[in-house]
Amino acid sequence: MVIIRIKGTVMIETLQKFSPAIVSHKMDLKLEAKTVNAFFGKTQALQNVSLSIEKNHVVAIIGPSGCGKSTFLRCLNRMHEVAGGTMNGTILLDGKDIHENDPVNLRRRVGMVFQKANPFPTMSIFDNVAAGLRLNGMAHNGHIAEIVERSLQQAALWNEVKDSLSKNGMSISGGQQQRLCIARALAVNPEVLLMDEPASALDPIPTAKIEELIYELKKDYTIIIVTHNMQQAARVSDETAFFYLGEIIEFDNTKKIFTAPSIKQTEDYVTGRFG
Amino acid sequence: MKKINYEKYHWRKIKSTTMTALSIMSVVIAVIPLFLIFFYTLAQGISALNLDFFIHMPKPVGETGGGMANALMGTAILIGLGCLFGLPVSIFAGIYLAEHGNNTFGQIVRFFTDVLSGIPSIVVGVVAYILVVVPMKQYSALAGGVALGILMIPTATRTTEEMIRLVPHSLREAALAIGLPQWKTTLRIILPTALKGITTGVLLAIARAAGETAPLLFTALGNRFWSTDLGHPMASLTVFIYDYAKAPFEDWNRQAWGAAFVLIVLIFIVNMTFRFVTRGRYGDHQN
Amino acid sequence: MERHFQHELEGVKTNLIKMGSAVEENINNAVIAILERNEVIAAKVIESDKRIDTLEIEIDNAIIDMLALQQPVASDLRFIIAAQKINNDLERIGDHAVNLAESALTLQKSKKLESLLEIPQMVSATKLMLKYALDSFILLDPKMARIVLETDDQIDEWNRSMTTNVIELLKNDKQLIEPGLALIRISQNLERVADMATNIAEEVIFHIQALVVKHHAEEI
Repeated sequence: MVIIRIKGTVMIETLQKFSPAIVSHKMDLKLEAKTVNAFFGKTQALQNVSLSIEKNHVVAIIGPSGCGKSTFLRCLNRMHEVAGGTMNGTILLDGKDIHENDPVNLRRRVGMVFQKANPFPTMSIFDNVAAGLRLNGMAHNGHIAEIVERSLQQAALWNEVKDSLSKNGMSISGGQQQRLCIARALAVNPEVLLMDEPASALDPIPTAKIEELIYELKKDYTIIIVTHNMQQAARVSDETAFFYLGEIIEFDNTKKIFTAPSIKQTEDYVTGRFG
Repeated sequence: MKKINYEKYHWRKIKSTTMTALSIMSVVIAVIPLFLIFFYTLAQGISALNLDFFIHMPKPVGETGGGMANALMGTAILIGLGCLFGLPVSIFAGIYLAEHGNNTFGQIVRFFTDVLSGIPSIVVGVVAYILVVVPMKQYSALAGGVALGILMIPTATRTTEEMIRLVPHSLREAALAIGLPQWKTTLRIILPTALKGITTGVLLAIARAAGETAPLLFTALGNRFWSTDLGHPMASLTVFIYDYAKAPFEDWNRQAWGAAFVLIVLIFIVNMTFRFVTRGRYGDHQN
Repeated sequence: MERHFQHELEGVKTNLIKMGSAVEENINNAVIAILERNEVIAAKVIESDKRIDTLEIEIDNAIIDMLALQQPVASDLRFIIAAQKINNDLERIGDHAVNLAESALTLQKSKKLESLLEIPQMVSATKLMLKYALDSFILLDPKMARIVLETDDQIDEWNRSMTTNVIELLKNDKQLIEPGLALIRISQNLERVADMATNIAEEVIFHIQALVVKHHAEEI
């Protein structure tokens, strides 16, 4: 038997090339949630959720149904209170508490796209995109056409609808309607875009288009996307937050979450062992 | 492979055919009275129908011929007044009930609109009489308008509420999410979307009001002369029919039938026109 | 939640363990052939390598299917990536076993050597490294894997001194050229096997702890 000599130590390099988002230096924080609790009546939907979101990043929120991910999203533009909910804790947008101001102004800065495409059925494609500008009195008529075109182009829909802008917003396909809704949200020039399962009702190809779009949009916007589809979260986001039973279990770099999550529950969820 | 049980299959087919036949029969039975009324009034009144009937005034008692131009005009004005008094209240009440009516007050309002819709129209006439005719010491078109307006309220309110409730919640969220205030969301997004349904409800209300005689007897009273003065008695089709039908002159009876037919057709035309106008304004978005 | 995918992962692991045992057995036999100059055993090693090759293809296919159909993430993903590399490493070790067996045959045909120099030590250490690497994979034990990593340098050192010693040997006796070259081949093959065992240990650490530990051996 030979004596095995053990000498020195082996240098260890962590798998993730980037430090996790939470401890990242030189952060340009766009949104910051601090110990947010949200309620529907007496039922608590969110418990002490704290999350920091960097500017021009895409953050995906994943978790099983009823984990509070949509509720959290709706707290960020105060849509939660529209549905009759209440919340406490602090949410900062550019360092300012969102509850200090009128929710109407907040929602112009923090746009939202919903699970089901919901164009205004009484309006044409053009009017749908222009709705926010016109009804908010935000632009002069000369500008509107320009902004509508720009928004539709940003939503990667312009080429498909430029010859039929006067057609009803409901007359186009589901995927186009969803992109129309994105254009409508972009037209009021928000800084943050909240997306609540924007592709869950779509076929693979329109879904891929929306995902490509998210990738493009993050140059100009900060995006928070709630999704049931973990592969989608993995594909589009920079950071991923895993919610479970109203709590945030893990928030980290998406690469880390999908290769080596730190917490067992996250691991079990992303690998499909539960949820 | 399992053999198909043809006997059962045939039995099912027979059942299906029977039920379909029964359904069709029921529809026919339901529609028969409408056609009976339509054709009977037409048959009875057709001889009275000519251009003069529409553009001339009633002839003095004893003379044959003459028309009901004043009654046509009167009905139009009365309905217009009814809409003016009844619809704004109804639509705003409907919006209130749909948007904020999930409380005790909403329940109470809803209950009383239901009660109101069950109140005999003649009672509404008496109310308008007390409210308007007595203080003004004068039967007037205004009083008729008030009576018709009150009659419109229950139907119009409840349909407005129902139609606004039918507008998907997602639209409200969409509007709020692009930074619209609540009131703009309701007026500019929700109301236009519900417009078709509300219009249908309003038409029902108008149709009901247009066919009312009793409340007008106490209020607008009727007038054998041309009058567009809101402060004075005014003729209307229904009162015209009422007066002429009970008169002992065959020519008047005939004219009553003619007027009845005209009333039916008018209501029909109003319905069709509104439907045509509102069609396709926003596709068939109902979910 | 019990998943069908879990069974597939287990299946790959079972096959890898099976393959590992076969490879280990071949290495053991090959060194017996060398140390005991046993021709029969050497032939047996060469023969049984086909079984390892078959297993390798089977595991490869299973991994491709899982990647395509299950889109694994997190520990599943790390396991599959590790399994794919381990599969490759084991097949290479199998090939080295064949090389060793062939060298054993050369050694036997040529003039007898008095000493096999460092070969016996190298054999023991390499066998142990391979065993620890495979056991760490089976038992999911990163500590055992670390031992493998730390042993690799010793093998490298022996391999280098072997070359010098064989050259010394050949200077004295030209007739020993053939067995001398066989010794160098054996030493090099053993060193490669030890490297492969190290790779396996690295993959095991990656699989269990999500740490990348390779390419730092030179710093020790």
